[in-house]
Amino acid sequence: MSDSTPGFREMKSVVVRFAGDSGDGMQIVGERFTDTSVTVPNSIATFPDFPAEIRAPVGTIGGVSAFQVHFGSSQVLTPGDEPDALVAMNPAALAVHLPDLAKGGLLVVNSAAFTADNLKMAGFASNPLDDPGLGDKYTLVALDITGLALESLKDTALTNREKLRCKNFFALGLMYWVYTRPIEPTIEYINSKWAKKTPELAAANIRVLKAGYYLGETSELTRNRYSVARADVAPGIYRKISGNEATALGLIAASQRAGRDLLFSGYPITPATSILETLAAYKHFGVTTVQAEDEIAAIGVAIGASYAGKLGATATSGPGMCLKGEFIGLAITTELPLVIVNVQRGGPSTGLPTKTEQSDLFQALYGRHGESPLPVIAANSPSDCFAAAFEAARIAMAYSTPVILLTDGYLANGSEPWQVPDEATLPDISRPFADESQPYVAFARDPQTLARTQAIPGQPGLEHRIGGIEKNEKGAISYDPENHSVMTGLRAAKVAGIARSLPPLEVTGELTGKVLVVGWGGTHGAITSAVAALRSEGVAVSCTNLRYLNPLPPDLAALIAGFDHILVPELNYGQLNMILRANYLVEAASMTKIMGRPFKVSEIRARILELLND
Amino acid sequence: MATVIQDLPAVAELTRKDFVPPTEVRWCPGCGDYAILNSLQRTFPELGVARENFVVISGIGCSSRFPFYMNTYGFHTIHGRAPSVATGVKVANPELSVWIITGDGDGLSIGGNHLLHLLRRNLDATVLLFNNRIYGLTKGQYSPTSPVGTRTKTSPNGSLENPLNPVLFALGAEATFVARTVDNNPKHMVETFKAAHAHKGISFVEIFQNCVIFNDSTWESIYGKESRDDQMLFLETGKPLLFGKDKSKGIRLNGLTPEVVDVATAAPGEILIHQPEQASPLYSHLLATLAEPDFPTPMGVIRKIEKPTYEALVHAQNAAAKAKHGAGTWQELLHGDATWTVA
Repeated sequence: MSDSTPGFREMKSVVVRFAGDSGDGMQIVGERFTDTSVTVPNSIATFPDFPAEIRAPVGTIGGVSAFQVHFGSSQVLTPGDEPDALVAMNPAALAVHLPDLAKGGLLVVNSAAFTADNLKMAGFASNPLDDPGLGDKYTLVALDITGLALESLKDTALTNREKLRCKNFFALGLMYWVYTRPIEPTIEYINSKWAKKTPELAAANIRVLKAGYYLGETSELTRNRYSVARADVAPGIYRKISGNEATALGLIAASQRAGRDLLFSGYPITPATSILETLAAYKHFGVTTVQAEDEIAAIGVAIGASYAGKLGATATSGPGMCLKGEFIGLAITTELPLVIVNVQRGGPSTGLPTKTEQSDLFQALYGRHGESPLPVIAANSPSDCFAAAFEAARIAMAYSTPVILLTDGYLANGSEPWQVPDEATLPDISRPFADESQPYVAFARDPQTLARTQAIPGQPGLEHRIGGIEKNEKGAISYDPENHSVMTGLRAAKVAGIARSLPPLEVTGELTGKVLVVGWGGTHGAITSAVAALRSEGVAVSCTNLRYLNPLPPDLAALIAGFDHILVPELNYGQLNMILRANYLVEAASMTKIMGRPFKVSEIRARILELLND
Repeated sequence: MATVIQDLPAVAELTRKDFVPPTEVRWCPGCGDYAILNSLQRTFPELGVARENFVVISGIGCSSRFPFYMNTYGFHTIHGRAPSVATGVKVANPELSVWIITGDGDGLSIGGNHLLHLLRRNLDATVLLFNNRIYGLTKGQYSPTSPVGTRTKTSPNGSLENPLNPVLFALGAEATFVARTVDNNPKHMVETFKAAHAHKGISFVEIFQNCVIFNDSTWESIYGKESRDDQMLFLETGKPLLFGKDKSKGIRLNGLTPEVVDVATAAPGEILIHQPEQASPLYSHLLATLAEPDFPTPMGVIRKIEKPTYEALVHAQNAAAKAKHGAGTWQELLHGDATWTVA
């Protein structure tokens, strides 16, 4: 990964993790480091990892917050397996994150925080910084970051508390020096955010940032500096985007394309909340947001809006999905367009609210009573949430059906550079409402898609009733056994028929061979990275990522049939694996992980090699 | 169901018949719902609203079949959740006249939370809560408005829970319009529905409704022939609170406690004057607590105050955002604040 020029090493890619107490501002410095690195440009992926508690007691293990950023000169698809550098602002952060640090990695610690009390809270019997072994295993840089930050601000009028809050920028400045990143973008950022309202604080943060940077320069503390060359990124216009932001923008884009204003209703729930927050700032795009009284009401409001002619959408996470189940059934039987986003988190119950998992696939597919199929699609990277949300809304309107979009906490909070699409390339999704000059039959169907056409309140002469009770084609309540059979079949056939319009699968590698890795959703980066690395070493292995979980892509059967082994890595106990086995009668191998964390590339790589050597 | 009535008359010429769909009504013979349906079908043509702009939304229960019996746009949703669907409809299109049909179980038990928030938000819509103090569609179990001791198949030894007073519930949620009417008085129902429609904001109407099968005569002690004069207090704005045959009795306050007084012996000005529009909710709360057997039950408009409606506030914010930022563009949406170019 590196050449041997002394004092200055060129790296292909680097993983840096900032860790500290929730109040230490680790998310802010992680974000800054990311924003600076995208402008190099480097290829980038990030992984914020924070506790569910807003402010757990200071100094405790439970209060540790971290932000990992992976930047490289070639394509980076994951936030990285293990950090090459760890900044630990207190003993608890060291205790939690040191086991992940690569052997020989750079370890920067704030020695001032290693007090007897803090050591005790972190579970250390003695000060680990006194252990000579630590410096043998890692490139240890123990600095009195607190003292250095205070010192650089000693002639300012700030309170001690205010001065202390600047110390995260000292660590950031130092890491900028180590990885030869410019500090100017951060100075601009600080000025744009705080210079007007609190000029003293802005100046102080800039001063501390520079102090950290210059410390590296003057003392050459780490012996080595690293650089990561520009990535060979496709030409175009880029922005940084998180998964939840991309989901929000995808919904707006679809509403603009369709000419139906978006009405989004949500109830705050981690990690989906920022979708509602983001959309609330887009009112001038015809977006209406309603913060409902609960998860059930949120989807009810969205269904009401769709019924009245808007694009209705809602977003939640696992527990909220449980509550929405009955309303999803209503949207299925009344055949109204609706997008339901599930930003999956660790479950069951409250589970791990801030951690990621893919364990809601079965729930999305089967989590309702009655025969109630609906389209389910998944996003595979933070920026891909845009295209996935757009596609979910397109299918919802084209087929007049609710659609579940699965993302996860890892995608939602992670961010990456996104090549901004040209709006002209977005597909047309306009679909007219019923024609007022024609008699209206509520459940008459388009012969191609089997979608019904909506008449919306306010359209004269098309008054009709819909509801949850089984109905006949005309919309009249019907308990007739034959009719129930026909209507259930039509609803299922409509959803199954979407398969005919799906694009061909994208496959990395050959279309036949020994091992095919089949993934879905956010494991895309880790799987593709592992497969790409093996292929570059001459190992024949292929992979694909499923955007469509229901209906499954029609070409998947043939693809699977062309391989000796199918490996299905999932952050659950093998839900897709069971679906593949049931659908294709294939002895697919399951690879599972339930730790609230994404797969490491190395884990998938090892499992592929195992299968290859079988 | 799908019958399309061509050559629809102008709004002013609509009649009851325009609101009667070709659907067979399937309530039990003698059910109080028939009278309510009839009264609403008589009310709608008189509201000056085009037929296509009415939306009737319900939850689950006997009363919630209502939308199928009104020839308007209608949505029979799920148990207790009609308020949320109605909120989506009204916010999506404030031009629509939205009517929510619910019952004591649908609205106050499984849907209590949604009703609470619908009322406090002040959506411009009307809620008709059919209160028969029983679960009818599931064949007779006690409801959240059943009196203590109600014997049903799920409470063979008598129900234990204190009943909820729907009017008090609505006042507690600070609904801007709260009224009560009875299923055996079509004239009063039509008047009350019209007043509810005329109110800009949420209008909550409790309707005493008889379930002929599972809770027959539940309101007889209040609105029956024998009792109605003494047990109902018909409210008229600006008029004293009088009741009884020949209006011989009135309500006065003794400190904070209401009392029934003989009009003949009451001091001048002592009898309370009905003022549903006063800002303080105290008077309305006092009215809401009047109950049998000691007091007549108030009928009519109990509270009516003006507040901005939810959907108007939502649209004002949306309009303000458009005025401030201009209509959003693709460039702004896709590029955001900060982009960089890779050549």
